[in-house]
Amino acid sequence: MPVGAASWSFTEDDYGAILKALQQFLHDSNSRSALLVDRAGQLVATVGEPPQFDPTAFATLTAADFSANDQLARLIGETEFSSLFHQGEQESMYLVDIARRVILVILFDTRTTLGLVRLKVKPTVEELTRLFTELFQRDRAQEGPPNILAGAEDEIDRLFQ
Amino acid sequence: MSMINYASREINCKIVYYGPGLGGKTTNLEHVYGRVQPDTRGKLISLATETERTLFFDFLPVDLGTIRGFKTRFHLYTVPGQVYYNASRKLILKGVDGIVFVADSQIERMEANQEAMQNLYDNMQEYGYDLTTMPFVIQYNKRDLSNAAPVVELQAALNPGWEVREPSKQRITPDPYHAGENLVEQISTGEWVEHAPYFEAVAVTGDGVFDTLKAVSKLVLKTLA
Repeated sequence: MPVGAASWSFTEDDYGAILKALQQFLHDSNSRSALLVDRAGQLVATVGEPPQFDPTAFATLTAADFSANDQLARLIGETEFSSLFHQGEQESMYLVDIARRVILVILFDTRTTLGLVRLKVKPTVEELTRLFTELFQRDRAQEGPPNILAGAEDEIDRLFQ
Repeated sequence: MSMINYASREINCKIVYYGPGLGGKTTNLEHVYGRVQPDTRGKLISLATETERTLFFDFLPVDLGTIRGFKTRFHLYTVPGQVYYNASRKLILKGVDGIVFVADSQIERMEANQEAMQNLYDNMQEYGYDLTTMPFVIQYNKRDLSNAAPVVELQAALNPGWEVREPSKQRITPDPYHAGENLVEQISTGEWVEHAPYFEAVAVTGDGVFDTLKAVSKLVLKTLA
């Protein structure tokens, strides 16, 4: 049995590839911004117009929203809802699962339509799924991310004195 | 599931406060929120009912300092104490890196404590996580109340220790927080057992709140070392 959930990491190159895919999508779909959040509620990336809200809180609530909806899906006999849509008067959100580990959140307004967002997000989801699948496989092959704090026990002790 | 972001040089970890209803989990977070510098913490998010009972979770992000050039960012969560909300309790445990079990010291709450502890083990097991090998500390809260059970009794009921099978770990390990006590020891039957570190607290006044948080955070960071 594993100790707990596996840790994961991403490099600047991974980050660059993720940003590129998302910027292309924002341009094609005319959406305002896109956020990537991991299933544990941690914010991975933000692209587009800087959000006017607290992105950390937003990421946490997104993961909770997605997890709660996953359970609702199971109750009605589905394995998952791979995407969710929240409609507001001006602002709307579209959420999509990536590789069962990450959630892509798209924020858009009346300058575009849900139909266009859904259409344009498909290739982006495929690209991100490929990127994240590779990234997680690489972490697994290394049995988790490198121990970046190896030998830092004293430093950790000092932090908590 | 700690997440290491090399681009922004951050280590993100998730700590969950678990325990019976009205035990003081939310109070722990409120105290941390009130005492840390505003520039090192985010908003305290509470998804609660109108009677202030936690419905889904409370959430507070705090930065605890920098190690090796990486900012250490901890996300603190509480779960709803009421059994009725077990489905949402379980969701919060997803990707957890460290657990704080907040026990209510009052004698009348002993059964509720034990039920919550059993429920924690069950929910962790469903995710395939092993509580005995991950950062885990216990806080005995409400020590100021006249009906608080003695710590010895709480320890016997909630922290009797789990068996240590690995020979390399079968050696006496003193409890750094309580002189004369051990975290790993051999009991009268000859079996080796390990206890979770424990702390006494009065969360409403803040006593023991930071000791608990520091201990669990340190254990989490040491898993990366």
